[in-house]
Amino acid sequence: MADTLQPPPYRVIPIIPALKPGAMGQVRSFVANEKIQTNIGFPGRLVDDWKERALERMGQLLGQYRSLRVFMDACVHCGACSDKCHYFLGTQDPKNMPVARQDLLRSVYRRYFTLAGKYFPKLVGARDLTKEVLDEWYTYFNQCSECRRCSVFCPYGIDTAEITMAAREILDSVGYGQKYTNEIIGKVHSIGNNLGLPGPALEDTLLGLEEDVKEDTGVDVRFPVDVQGAEVLLITPSADFFAEPHIDSLIGYAKVFHASGISWTLSTKASEAGNFGMFIGNYEQLRKIALRIREAALELGVKRIIVGECGHAWRVAYSFWNTLTGIGAGAHDPYALQLQHQLDARYKQPTHICEFTWDLIQRQALQFNREANDAYVVTFHDSCNVARGSRMGDYAGGQFDIPRHIIRAVANKFVEMDAATIREKTFCCGGGGGLLTDDLIELRVKGALPRMEALKQVADEQGVNFMATICAICKAQFSKVLPYYQFDRRVVGGVHQLVSNAIVLGRPE
Amino acid sequence: MAFALLFSVGALVFVGGLAFRIARYARTPAPLKIPTTPAPVTLAGVWLRMAREVLLFESLFKANLWIWAFGVLFHLGLVLVIVRHLRYFTEPVWGWVAVMQPFGIYGGMAMVLGLGGLWGRRLLVERIRYISTPSDHLMLLFLLAIGGSGLGLKFLLHPDIIAVKAFCLGLLQGNWQPLPGNGLLLLHLTLASLLLVIFPFSKLLHAPGVFFSPTRNQIDNPREARHLSTWAAALDGEPPHG
Ligand code: HEM
Ligand code: SF4
Ligand code: SF4
Repeated sequence: MADTLQPPPYRVIPIIPALKPGAMGQVRSFVANEKIQTNIGFPGRLVDDWKERALERMGQLLGQYRSLRVFMDACVHCGACSDKCHYFLGTQDPKNMPVARQDLLRSVYRRYFTLAGKYFPKLVGARDLTKEVLDEWYTYFNQCSECRRCSVFCPYGIDTAEITMAAREILDSVGYGQKYTNEIIGKVHSIGNNLGLPGPALEDTLLGLEEDVKEDTGVDVRFPVDVQGAEVLLITPSADFFAEPHIDSLIGYAKVFHASGISWTLSTKASEAGNFGMFIGNYEQLRKIALRIREAALELGVKRIIVGECGHAWRVAYSFWNTLTGIGAGAHDPYALQLQHQLDARYKQPTHICEFTWDLIQRQALQFNREANDAYVVTFHDSCNVARGSRMGDYAGGQFDIPRHIIRAVANKFVEMDAATIREKTFCCGGGGGLLTDDLIELRVKGALPRMEALKQVADEQGVNFMATICAICKAQFSKVLPYYQFDRRVVGGVHQLVSNAIVLGRPE
Repeated sequence: MAFALLFSVGALVFVGGLAFRIARYARTPAPLKIPTTPAPVTLAGVWLRMAREVLLFESLFKANLWIWAFGVLFHLGLVLVIVRHLRYFTEPVWGWVAVMQPFGIYGGMAMVLGLGGLWGRRLLVERIRYISTPSDHLMLLFLLAIGGSGLGLKFLLHPDIIAVKAFCLGLLQGNWQPLPGNGLLLLHLTLASLLLVIFPFSKLLHAPGVFFSPTRNQIDNPREARHLSTWAAALDGEPPHG
């Protein structure tokens, strides 16, 4: 399948494409089987009274989430968001327009929860909840990467990601879950990370890395794990432990810690920064997965928690950890204070690895040989969850500047892509939000189109040959789809990969 | 008399319905911090962001200049028209309302022009036609009819303004007065009362909704302050299940 798949042609002028109704109606992510579903507490398969239960769950969510409640009512169908989704631009399927995606749910909301829809369904576009509608939910709510680009442009900030999460939660609650995401959530609970890498294998991998780095640099850079009393606990996506190009960034973090002299450790219990609970909009899962990190931090007695290069993980860490687990500051309740007393209040909790590195650079605690990156003309792809769902540093927008400052400090040649495709307007890589699975490869290739166009432009005009990013999903997705667009898969890599290339580690021991 | 009744009922439904909706928005918790970032890091910043959204339609400006232009034309026109209409309900007429009177006329024209533009887009732009429901078209037609009949009253069929004002003041004071019989005026006022009734049950809820949108009204400070809604707080310390 993958071999015959053709990417959409680059648009000569990026005009808004015409509609192709139904273009992606047949692209359906694999449905979770009974074992995967029951393993994480959902019904094994579609329950008989799915309609009643779906509506009941919807009613509950409307009472629990102001976002859903307001967003269901407020949309005026102005169409401002209609051309903002990379999946719409790449597939031309009108149901991938953010407002149309929302309307899949809104039409049912109107039918059962509003007066107008109860009495004049045709007039306000209200629909009965039928099996066809449920199937359509499954199809198209698994074609949204929850990237929030649409919410930037909506005059009321309507965030389709919130609606997708609610829809997935409803689907899970009636036994209609997605295989990829729910299987991974099962793994994180049973093994400790999304990739299913058990503790001993992780320790082996890290030992191997120490040898590799020693061979490369002559320096004893450590990759400690489960070290009681370390200053820093590093929480990083498990792909960093062995996937390419992720591992090069892990080496980068280790070198930065080494050069800073600050003691650090990984944890086998919390060997995963990713939290797919967010993708399925399930608060219980979101919390349960996050709690592993609280427990690891309490057990190891660390003073600081630092998060590696991962987009959605950073959103969860930055925006949700304090709420979910108390990792943060400013609490008044004993539950959170237990942890907040242990953590060092002089530092931001949690800290992004880029904040950590940039702070060291500013204090001139790190030295670089920038020429080591001279083979590269670098550009930076803002990852959606970092850009639109989090922050770094002390001011709004620090999440855009800090990674760029680091790149400029470690490489000589840096170029920006088209302004309409970076910072808060950045395009999703096409594989986020629980869609990074081979059964959705067609969607992933097509959804990458807007980013590939912007990359092609700077590659042709300014010779860009390296696109740095700080997200494990972006790295995996681009490695896979770049070849479809005639790029080498190694064009994508991490910011700390560049740091790793350039950092000066002092005299070999 | 029937008219006075219609109008009063309309006003009651409007106020009651809107109060109910707003109370429900306010009561529904927002368990997680979800501002669309970059977002203000202080409360003052959030007020500024909201002001820019409501007064300037900032996000819409970033999204689409055509919709923004027609939208501003319509809404700004609407505000001017509402201000102009205050003269029917105040005695003596407030000074600033008197000053704004001529602008109200331009407002009426701008409103109709803006609505026309928005409807044109709804009909002509494929994507927007696709997402439109019959009610979206009707709402624009409805407002066009109100605006159009209003302009008609100004330029074609001038009613007895003194009597209209007596009618309006009578409504406020619970001392109902007869309405001068002008067909166009009856149409204008019937539609306006209907608008009041429809408001709390339709997409016009975007007006209160924008103030409650968590992606726009939250402060970006999750690391500095622990944000907890009641139902989320209840889980603290409980072992996770599921
Ligand atoms: C806080 C006050 C309000 C704000 C911030 C606001 C904002 C907006 C924005 C940004 C749009 C989208 C752009 C557009 O289509 O024009 C819109 C649409 C609309 N607004 Fe408002 N509005 C407000 C009050 C009102 C009121 C009081 C009415 C009506 C009587 C109204 C009627 C409409 C209608 C009918 C549309 C849809 C236009 C279409 O179909 O394209 N708005 N509003
Ligand atoms: S959140 Fe992203 S993927 Fe989902 S509809 Fe909006 S723009 Fe598209
Ligand atoms: S921009 Fe917002 S209000 Fe306009 S159609 Fe999209 S979701 Fe609806």
